[in-house]
Amino acid sequence: MSARPETLMLAAVVIPFAAALAIPLFRRAPNPREAVTLVAAAALFLAVLSLLPSVLGGARPEWAGVTVLPGVAFAFAVEPLGMLFALVASALWIVNSIYSIGYMRAHDEPRQTGYYVCFAVALGSTIGLAFAKNLFTLFLFYEALTISTYPLVAHHRDAEAMRSGRLYLLLLLGTSMVLFLPAIAATYVLAGTTDFAAGGILSGKASGALLTVLLLLFVFGIGKAALMPLHFWLPAAMVAPTPVSALLHAVAVVKAGVFTVVKVIVLIFGVETLSASGQSGWLTAVAGITVVVASLVALKQDNLKRRLAYSTVSQLAYVVLGAAILTPISVIGAVMHIAAHAVGKITLFFAAGSIQTAAHLTEVSQLDGIGRRMPWTMGAFAVGALGMIGLPPTAGFLGKWFMLAGAMQTENWLAVAVMVVSTVLNAGYFLPIVFRAFLRAPPTPEPGHGAAQERAPAEAPWPIVAALTATALGVLALFFLPDVPLALARMTMGR
Amino acid sequence: MSSVQAHLPALQVVLPLLGSLFAGFVRREATGFALALAVSWTAAVISAVLLWQVLQGGPISYHLGGWPPPWGIEYRIDLLNAFVLLLVAWVGAVTMPFARRSVAFEVDEGRQGWFYCMYLLCLTGLLGITVTGDAFNAFVFLEISSLSTYVLIALGRDRRALLSAFQYLIMGTIGATFYVIGVGFLYLVTGSLNMVDIAQRLGSVPLEQTRAVAVAVAFLTVGISLKLALFPLHVWLPNAYAYAPSLATAFLAGTATKVAVYLLVRFFAVILAGSPAFGPLQLADVLLVLSIAAMFVASAIAVFETNLKRMLAYSSLAQIGYITLGIGIANQAGLTGAIVHLFNHAIMKAALFLVLGAVFYRIGSVKLHDLAGIGPKMPLTMAAFAVAGFALIGTPGTSGFVSKWYLAVGAFGHSGWLLVLLIVASSLIAVVYVGRVVEVVWFRPPSPLAETAREVPPSMLVPILVLAGATIWFGIDTRLTADLAGKAAAMLLAAVR
Repeated sequence: MSARPETLMLAAVVIPFAAALAIPLFRRAPNPREAVTLVAAAALFLAVLSLLPSVLGGARPEWAGVTVLPGVAFAFAVEPLGMLFALVASALWIVNSIYSIGYMRAHDEPRQTGYYVCFAVALGSTIGLAFAKNLFTLFLFYEALTISTYPLVAHHRDAEAMRSGRLYLLLLLGTSMVLFLPAIAATYVLAGTTDFAAGGILSGKASGALLTVLLLLFVFGIGKAALMPLHFWLPAAMVAPTPVSALLHAVAVVKAGVFTVVKVIVLIFGVETLSASGQSGWLTAVAGITVVVASLVALKQDNLKRRLAYSTVSQLAYVVLGAAILTPISVIGAVMHIAAHAVGKITLFFAAGSIQTAAHLTEVSQLDGIGRRMPWTMGAFAVGALGMIGLPPTAGFLGKWFMLAGAMQTENWLAVAVMVVSTVLNAGYFLPIVFRAFLRAPPTPEPGHGAAQERAPAEAPWPIVAALTATALGVLALFFLPDVPLALARMTMGR
Repeated sequence: MSSVQAHLPALQVVLPLLGSLFAGFVRREATGFALALAVSWTAAVISAVLLWQVLQGGPISYHLGGWPPPWGIEYRIDLLNAFVLLLVAWVGAVTMPFARRSVAFEVDEGRQGWFYCMYLLCLTGLLGITVTGDAFNAFVFLEISSLSTYVLIALGRDRRALLSAFQYLIMGTIGATFYVIGVGFLYLVTGSLNMVDIAQRLGSVPLEQTRAVAVAVAFLTVGISLKLALFPLHVWLPNAYAYAPSLATAFLAGTATKVAVYLLVRFFAVILAGSPAFGPLQLADVLLVLSIAAMFVASAIAVFETNLKRMLAYSSLAQIGYITLGIGIANQAGLTGAIVHLFNHAIMKAALFLVLGAVFYRIGSVKLHDLAGIGPKMPLTMAAFAVAGFALIGTPGTSGFVSKWYLAVGAFGHSGWLLVLLIVASSLIAVVYVGRVVEVVWFRPPSPLAETAREVPPSMLVPILVLAGATIWFGIDTRLTADLAGKAAAMLLAAVR
């Protein structure tokens, strides 16, 4: 690759949007249409991957862009945290596209062209958000992400989908406009810029009380991070087709939320500034409450996708918790957890969708013995579940390890307690599913109800199985080969 | 060539006036349209040249008939009104190609010639108010634009158009009367009608006469506020917009209220520059309160409107609230926000009303339930609606965001968090009324009327797409809008201090 990093960066942002324009041209020919998505996903991943060596080598490609307001430009810049996020999102887009093709065709879903267009726009927005040079550009893509995923949530167009879509749009747009935007404007007034910078731009610019207000506005204004009590949109969004839940509501959208929170804490406030003014306590509490309460709610959910959604709420709060501890090592843990949870949770959703496709089951209580019929699916599910609990040899272990180390180092016992309790709870809502699937006997089929079909191994279509196997391997691979994400996480904290 | 150039300020007004006269004599639909198209575009070019001249050489002072001010009428163009001229002329020019089919569809056979005649007369009035530096001359143009507007509204085929026009006639006449009384008081005190001259003479007004100036300010403010439909003087607007022919609505929504806002700003600047003693009048506070009321009340009503033209009309009232809010904030960022929103809102609202005009052309209704499922049938038109709707909300990447940003920064500097939160909270109501339409239009199964709808012809589609594109363009490239508005705001504030 001899392309300049700046070119690669812009190409990465443009490719998905170009795909979104190209997809409707093939609306009458499904195969070329899906080929456009796959080619775009591969091209995007290649572009992001080729950026990696130079970023690891210390380069920070930049595009100064267009000045929209004095001191505020529509501009891009790559820093390690954004690099990691873009890498995760673009890699998973390929897998998810393969999965989507299997899923959408198996379910004979309507409006598939619109589906792939919105998906491409959502991915483009995610990459734009990851590479945003300042809060303004980030905010632009943040809103674009909300708007482009809204039709996907409302995909089924029935009363429930419309209601969920409305809630989704109102809550995410509402929090971003009423809390996030004023926080950005105030940051601009205080600092004269909204550019991300190592060490933050607010040190010495605001008093402790003002910092608290600002941080509150940011943390709750970034509704995509789904901190309680602003998490309702996420379980509601589960009415969407499963690939949407998998890539968008386990990776792109929600990770955009916690990514933004971490970025704001590290590159707008500065970890030192915040910890010096004692902001760690309340933020730890807010995140900790969300971690524990969401886990408790997850325990009670019988619907598999809803259980996964509450698990996501809980795991997202983990990332915020890691950032809230406000030491470099815990922030590294938080960044690692962004990657680890992404790969793990997408695997779990893929498995849920696979069960839905092959066996038409959606509730946990129906899953007795399903592992015998769908060994690949449930095997992958087990790996993903281990990742969520944070057991080695999965990626989830590393993030928790660093966060725990950070919490011990700062003697933040609340955070330590939250992590211990939640690990038990995670095990409490994931392991029974694995147990049911493999160790319980399948329900004896009623006579004359297609007994032979019920017992035969009946995996989902191959694209689905291939996708979930790949991400399950990813969960394991991240444990054994964590060099790249770890290096990027360390560079985020400047060490 | 240069001799023409020197007379551009007069030509800006005289050309539409002559065009109107001619259209009135001929009264044929085809000739009227051709004339209106030619004149609109010429006026647009002239306005661009004038802005360029102002940017190059500073304010232009043109003495009508060679009589020097303050005796003669002076056309005085500085950055502020050059900017407004540009807006009015270009909104007129871009929407004009839409007129042919839309007017033929919505206005009775024998009256279409009149439509173009009145349209050009209205354009004359609006450009005249903007270009003139004479308070009484502005009154004359105000009446020209108002009278022609009454006719334009009454040309709507719906019988309620007549009532709406009459309602507006009453309110508009009261407004104009208040305005001329206000100007009378100023004349009483200063003996001048030239705005620059008034500002200078106000400085030396003896103390016992300041009460007369206060009365003048009160009359002017109420009179102009009626024209710009400031809450609670807005009752004429929703009906007028709802029952006028679509093109007239789009044009008026984009220009008429904006010109009135300009006039208000101009008078505040003149009076405050002349006599800073009027700070204690608390006008700014009154304006703030009324603006906030407009932002919330009108938006809330828009949520429950099922006639989309009325819904957009109420939305206009709320958006005018943002503009007057910026004037009330009266610091650099706030005033910039007001001026830039004046421009941005004109474009997005013109786009939205044109979309409704296009929908009406296809299905003969603008009721929300008739529009169900029309999105996939008219994809480009309805995509334009969504884009302009997002601009109304203030989504980043659209021009509405730029306005709201300046307003929010200005509000933060004026009174801190509370005002900022009010601004963003009222935008949230826009999410509801825009989102509701987008949902019904795109996600519902098609209504019987929408079933047979298809995309409108290019002469209607292109103006819509150009305006919708402009809302995105001015959301990213703000050199023309925010930079100029910022300079104009700085100029006004410098004059006042």
